[in-house]
Amino acid sequence: MEYSKGKLFTLVALRLLIGWHFFYEGMVKVFTPTWTSKAYLLDSGGFAKPFFEWIAQNPGLLAANDIINAWMLTLIGFFLILGFLVRPAAVAGMALLGLYYISHPPFPGIEYLFPSDGNYFIVNKTLVELGALAVVFAFPTSQRIGLERLLPKNRKID
Amino acid sequence: MDSENTQQNSGKLSRRDILAGLAAIPVFGAIGYGLFHHFAERRKKNVPLLDDIQSIIPKGIPPVVQGETIRLGIVGTGSRGRYLMKALGFLHPDRIDQFTLWAKDNKYWTEYLNDFYAQESLNVKITAICDVFEKNARRGAETGANAHRNGTGGKMDDPPKRFLTYQELVASPDVDAVIVATPDHLHVPVALEAVKFGKHVYCEKPLSWTIPETFEIRKAVKESGIVFQLGHQGRQTESYNIAKSLINKDVIGKISLIEVCTNRNDPNGAWVYDIDPEANEKTIDWKQFIGPAPWHEFSLERFFRWRCWWDYSTGLSGDLFTHEYDALNQILALGIPHSATASGGIYFYKDGRTVPDVLNMAFEYPDRDLTLLYSATLSSEKERGKVIMGHDAYMELDETLLVVADPKSTRYKEKIEKGIIEPHKPIFSYVPGQDKVDAITTPTEKYFAGRGLLYTYRDGKTFDTSHLHLREWLNCIRLNNGTQPSCDIDQSFEEAITAHMGTIAFLEGRRTYWDPDKEQII
Repeated sequence: MEYSKGKLFTLVALRLLIGWHFFYEGMVKVFTPTWTSKAYLLDSGGFAKPFFEWIAQNPGLLAANDIINAWMLTLIGFFLILGFLVRPAAVAGMALLGLYYISHPPFPGIEYLFPSDGNYFIVNKTLVELGALAVVFAFPTSQRIGLERLLPKNRKID
Repeated sequence: MDSENTQQNSGKLSRRDILAGLAAIPVFGAIGYGLFHHFAERRKKNVPLLDDIQSIIPKGIPPVVQGETIRLGIVGTGSRGRYLMKALGFLHPDRIDQFTLWAKDNKYWTEYLNDFYAQESLNVKITAICDVFEKNARRGAETGANAHRNGTGGKMDDPPKRFLTYQELVASPDVDAVIVATPDHLHVPVALEAVKFGKHVYCEKPLSWTIPETFEIRKAVKESGIVFQLGHQGRQTESYNIAKSLINKDVIGKISLIEVCTNRNDPNGAWVYDIDPEANEKTIDWKQFIGPAPWHEFSLERFFRWRCWWDYSTGLSGDLFTHEYDALNQILALGIPHSATASGGIYFYKDGRTVPDVLNMAFEYPDRDLTLLYSATLSSEKERGKVIMGHDAYMELDETLLVVADPKSTRYKEKIEKGIIEPHKPIFSYVPGQDKVDAITTPTEKYFAGRGLLYTYRDGKTFDTSHLHLREWLNCIRLNNGTQPSCDIDQSFEEAITAHMGTIAFLEGRRTYWDPDKEQII
């Protein structure tokens, strides 16, 4: 797919911003052994609440969930920034964000203990980031700016 | 199309390829800086506030002592008596049916039943029951027969024998130990009679209804050597043990004021209980109910809502303050206060009751340099916790425990200045059932800890404190070596005398004093 310089810059910037967000969040969790998603899961709402509460109340599941979540965030962020395996990373990222979204959907009538940083109705920042990842998926840039450029099949000449 | 992109280069990498391929690498540098900064801050705040914090964690639940089956007689099989039966492992079969039905679409009841079935057997048999109300007696007997925790139609044991009077029950050779779950005015008469026959006693709180009988029962229990436990199941609350350890480690500094409260706002909480349609002069042994109380003509209101009249009740002081007092006596070994003052009145429930629905009491402990305040209302649910105020921090207690540093603390001055401790925010929390005391560090933890969310759920098993309290009593009976349970007769005596001092101060509108030498309220 070919882009003008402006479009390429914007799309790469979007990929890096999301990568940055995922990578930093993931690394902080990975390096904080006491971190747990328990409180977040217990505070979930909506139709999937019982599912997330079930995870939170099952110590083995919770521990696995915490590790997987932290490493997925880290790796997805890492690949988005690096520009390698970007499409699988984007799909995984969307799946993760989808889970966050359904655990805390901003639907009318659902209240959360943890305060929200804004006012949302159906659409919140998680959903917007999910949409942004869909753009990253649909408009790949890593073959131009990113490690994928160095793969033989993607190499271009000056 | 850009020509540079259309021509495939099957050979070497150009400089431009490498630059574009690795263009994003510096981003990791920036994030690395962010991470370094983040963890440097966290390390600063992770300085341990206390060493050996793990040593204060309670070490599990003591096992059931093996031995002969203990045969129990229960005097009073109303709601409290049947609750204790549940804690012993006995639920009425139709309650099990009902809860099973509710559990189908309500998780609360699923967990309730699971906890009940998981409750360890205490190796007891309910051989005798007594209640002055026909229906309570019948249901008590049916409950006592359900040793196998079945629903209707399931296997039942022989029902316990129903005795018409407590005197006959305690005298029965089929009874080893007696549970007293009567109204307050009958606690001591029943307990005394049981002690006379050498039966072990678990008595609901408060210990006594009058001052003289408080001395009488203490003397009788001590002389008999029976195992006595007062029904303050709060003794089994884990967070109280932790509170005690933290205070012993001087975490909150010098304590000058303790505030405890009762905040209720519904008819049930104000003791306006339902009147059972089966109840009438024929189905209630009114004379036996009156017992040592002043004679009054038959009254369904008085029978079901006995807590509202001094004739049978000990009011807010004996009924609800004692829970708070016993928790603090456990944590701080307060003992009987030097003096007490009280005020209050019947301000909301003008329904003919004689006990106040608003009561404030102040107990002075000059030897300890502290005041214990109790404030109660039955017409507002405004949550006011159990707070122990120290110079360095305050401790808020319930099933959970929070320690919050004081901005003017001497002990934490340096840590507050360095930003290691944020005043007004919890520095310790204890989550029941968890095997750790947390030093709270992250904003999310602080937020949730302050609101108790983490505490509504417990890891692993949940225990009914009444079950544990009865279990402790039964264990002491089986040990048969003079060991007394945690709320023994001395603790009970302190509880009752303290409550009576407050009640007299209220009723007589004066300050009451305790003379420890003569053991008198003056």
